[in-house]
Amino acid sequence: MALLEIENLQTHFRTPDGVNRAVDGVSFNVEAGETLAVVGESGCGKSVTAMSILRLIPEPPGRIAGAIRFQGRNLLELSDREMRDIRGNEISMIFQEPMTSLNPVLTVGRQIGETLRLHQGLNRQQAEARAVEMLQLVGIPEPQRRVREYPHQLSGGMRQRVMIAIALACNPKLLIADEPTTALDVTIQAQILDLMRDLKRRVGAAIVLITHDLGVVAEVAERVVVMYAGRKVEEAQVGPLFRTPRHPYTQGLLGSVPKLGSSLTGTETRLAEIPGLVPSLKQKIPGCVFASRCPHATDLCREVAPALEEKAPGHVAACHYAAREGAMAA
Amino acid sequence: MSRPILEVKDLKKHFPIHGGFFGGVTGHVYAVDGVSFDIARGETLSLVGESGCGKSTVGKAILRLFPITAGQVVLDGTRIDDMPAGRLRPLRRRIQVVFQDPFSSLNPRMRVRDILAEPIRNFGLAKGKDEMEERVAALMDKVRLPRDAVGRWPHEFSGGQRQRIGIARALAAEPDIIICDEAVSALDVSVKAQIVNLLQDLQKELGLAMLFISHDLAIVEHMTHRVAVMYLGKIVEVAPKRELFAAPKHPYTEALLSAVPVPEPGAQRQRIILKGDVPSPINPPKGCRFHTRCPYAFDRCRVEEPPLRPLEAGHLAACHLHDRPAAENPLAGARGGALLPA
Repeated sequence: MALLEIENLQTHFRTPDGVNRAVDGVSFNVEAGETLAVVGESGCGKSVTAMSILRLIPEPPGRIAGAIRFQGRNLLELSDREMRDIRGNEISMIFQEPMTSLNPVLTVGRQIGETLRLHQGLNRQQAEARAVEMLQLVGIPEPQRRVREYPHQLSGGMRQRVMIAIALACNPKLLIADEPTTALDVTIQAQILDLMRDLKRRVGAAIVLITHDLGVVAEVAERVVVMYAGRKVEEAQVGPLFRTPRHPYTQGLLGSVPKLGSSLTGTETRLAEIPGLVPSLKQKIPGCVFASRCPHATDLCREVAPALEEKAPGHVAACHYAAREGAMAA
Repeated sequence: MSRPILEVKDLKKHFPIHGGFFGGVTGHVYAVDGVSFDIARGETLSLVGESGCGKSTVGKAILRLFPITAGQVVLDGTRIDDMPAGRLRPLRRRIQVVFQDPFSSLNPRMRVRDILAEPIRNFGLAKGKDEMEERVAALMDKVRLPRDAVGRWPHEFSGGQRQRIGIARALAAEPDIIICDEAVSALDVSVKAQIVNLLQDLQKELGLAMLFISHDLAIVEHMTHRVAVMYLGKIVEVAPKRELFAAPKHPYTEALLSAVPVPEPGAQRQRIILKGDVPSPINPPKGCRFHTRCPYAFDRCRVEEPPLRPLEAGHLAACHLHDRPAAENPLAGARGGALLPA
């Protein structure tokens, strides 16, 4: 049994002008201890998927359907109380913006201690002592002093370290990181990614990494789910996904990022463009969601939604024409 | 060689900090502290660095969005930093800007037609209504937007389309130089590629010079001719693209390049992870400003500030390591960089 099984997740939002199908039938598993990246562009539903796992979507206007099984229990059937015991304890989350997701009027020690006091019943002194340990773990110098400081006294990189300390305080089995390094500078991003890799080895939590940055995916993920317009279009191990992407959207995405060092290896080419725009999620799309922008689309694509098919062992893609292992592209 | 279209000489911009009981000046933010470079006609120079290094301040100072503290900005042989506003006005046509955020940089109460017509009218570039319409339509063609979209409002467009409008507005004034301040940073990957390609095409077609301010090194490498790397208000290295990416001569550049995640799983690269954070520009470190984070710093770096000096033709760096014998200089010679696969 996988640690987390998401089955046909549908998160829809009622809006004055129709239902927005932000996530429309997404399924994937996360094994214990693995790092899974969910990639896609803005509006593809990756963050909504993450928020749905922790049931952080306000209902209404949102509505979550399908099943999210964590260690066999369907989170969608739990009471609010039971859900609170899971949040921050067994599943925790790191958000993109460390400034807005920390409370500006509480010391970082209090904020790290809060989860410990709530979930593990520690008293104030114990919680603070543990908070100092956590700050040390995430590599903040002088933790005894920092534990009494407020978020505005810390730099962006340090705030993100504090977020990670809060998330890991209760030794969660699953950590959801929603664009954890997007707001950071490259040298700080390198520090945080390094820290996440190191902590994963030491703590052993599974990580669901939500990102749009293919470079970050290549560096930390083991498996990748590619989302487009609320659906999963491809899933594979990270190596095969980057080497032989099967879905035209993934191919387009990979072609549109310039690679550092391209001027040295003589591989400098014009960037591939994906023409057009993401379709509106308010209309029901009968066929393939990518058909309107796909260079290979045919009438079949516009009429019939392609099923997710295994194109190679462990490599699924939702495309009528994606090449199977050994077969040539149609 | 002809005169560069833009020369920036020892530019300084210090922002005063007000505080205390009487609100007096209690200190300064040394945002830009002695920056010099020039840009030739038709050339792209990229200004790279992390947030707070002063790269955007340089762009704004050139545009004279605020007065500068010291230094000179020379546009095509004419000094513009101390020019009275009235005389500067016609020259403003020649330097235009594209901002980062396509949502806040377009007036939501103006139709696209009016957004594009405003600079044309301001600088008297069109005679009569027909010529105006023609020019606006031509601009729409240039940025590959449908001509009939001129009657629409900014909110009816996507982020990428708005950035096209922003580019068209910059082109409307027929500038010699365009400053792109993180112009593609807010866009999604696939849209970013569209805008990068558009900028490259336009530059080739119109022979524009470009100051491309960005923190995204992969995009910079793709776009630029030369690169200037900034750290804490100073340029630490300037070089033609290939030289800089192949053999960085400043430890900060080297670390910056090695920190960029590359979309290639399992790529074995030598990674240098800098310790700590960028120090505050209110109280920059003495000596070399990078010495607090530099993996190679030695005694001299802590006391003496290294000047930016040429090491090879067109390749300047500000680092004491290059005074040491090659055996003791980790940056000596072409190492092919952390970028090439090991």
